Amino acid sequence: MSDEYRPYTLVAELTYRCPLRCVYCSNPVEYTRHTDGLDTADWLRVFREAEELGVVQLHLTGGEPVLRDDLEALVEGARAADLYTNLITSGIPLSRERLARFRSLGLDNVQVSIQDVAAPSSDRVAGARVFERKLQVARWVKELGFPLTLNVVLHRENLGHVEEIVALAEALAADRLELANTQYVGWALVNRRVLLPTAAQLDGARRVSAAAHARLRGKMEVLFVMPDYYSEFPKACMDGWARRFLVVSPDGLALPCHAAHTLPGLVFENVKDRPLEAIWRDSPAFNAFRGDAWMPEPCKSCERRAIDFGGCRCQAYLLTKNAAATDPACSLSPDHGLIEAARQEALSAPDDGFEYRAPRPAVRK
Amino acid sequence: MIALDSRPRLAPKARIRFDRKTARYLLLYPERGLVLNPTAADIAALCTGEHTVHTIVERLTEKYASQPRAQVERDVMAFLATLAERGLMRTDP
Repeated sequence: MSDEYRPYTLVAELTYRCPLRCVYCSNPVEYTRHTDGLDTADWLRVFREAEELGVVQLHLTGGEPVLRDDLEALVEGARAADLYTNLITSGIPLSRERLARFRSLGLDNVQVSIQDVAAPSSDRVAGARVFERKLQVARWVKELGFPLTLNVVLHRENLGHVEEIVALAEALAADRLELANTQYVGWALVNRRVLLPTAAQLDGARRVSAAAHARLRGKMEVLFVMPDYYSEFPKACMDGWARRFLVVSPDGLALPCHAAHTLPGLVFENVKDRPLEAIWRDSPAFNAFRGDAWMPEPCKSCERRAIDFGGCRCQAYLLTKNAAATDPACSLSPDHGLIEAARQEALSAPDDGFEYRAPRPAVRK
Repeated sequence: MIALDSRPRLAPKARIRFDRKTARYLLLYPERGLVLNPTAADIAALCTGEHTVHTIVERLTEKYASQPRAQVERDVMAFLATLAERGLMRTDP
């Protein structure tokens, strides 16, 4: 297979279990359907097979990856495969001693998420009293000599705090700050009414972020991820379907993105049944949205089709019930009115509260 | 501007790795990577904090004897500036 389809990054979702209940969790709403199905040896084989396939970056994530008792063995195996290994954690529950073990086993980077700049608002979004502990974990990360990525998902309740978030990241000596606007899939779509900001809020936050980006250049990488609800064109989701990223879910499904297994009509294969290379190359689900043969108009004749790849398949499905539709986030999409209506809704303050991530009865629609 | 007598070293977050698929070295850092051409790979390998920029230019001039020294120096400076801009390099006095 040509270099056009080479995965550089493996996203290893080690478990969907998590002590937090974040209202924008990107795990599937029916996450309890996907229990931890891979043991240590399975994951180590997946890491080696991914490396063979061209992967050089590994994200150990979840759910909360530190809930896996075998994370030490997984870090060790990842480094043995020479993967640049990044632990993406809420910091809960993590001890300094365990972090130090990860350090000695060769873990390259630690990403800690916070929800806001103060305990009450941060804990409200996380659905747990964890803010102070998260800051403690972030400090340990730096004390132990790791590079630190601080991740903050942005929405209408914290977009006004970007200046304070940047100051906190500087105080923690973060090497990278991700200001990632909520993407409205999974739990975030459930809570869209209370999370979606207004254009004015976004503009303010973007200006603050751009100033910080320029001021901190060379010291701290400041990344501001625009929400596609307010962009003229959709995001190049995953850099194109099954092109640069490979995700493996806790139960072992090989996926082109975090939410692909929520799309109906696609059969995703399990890494326990088939080598990763064969799945990547031959699986009908991986080939379903590669290239441009699947595209409808206006994508098919659009000069941007090799830039944004038609946008996000999951968002297209969630909003139009057709995974092969042009992403409604695109201003050229015939379904763009759905996005405009959501923006309009954001102008009036929502009167209802959050729905926290929690097990849901599995109902097939 | 990077001083000729400074001693650049890669930031802790950066790691060099050979890529079998492209037969190039990669400089990996969180969520990203740079594909290094052979000259850049030689420079990055010398960014250990031991060598001055001056020494790095010397070494490269020896290795790439067909290149004028001034050209090598420009290449080294440009690559180090790229690294610094991305926060991938520290300079020890």
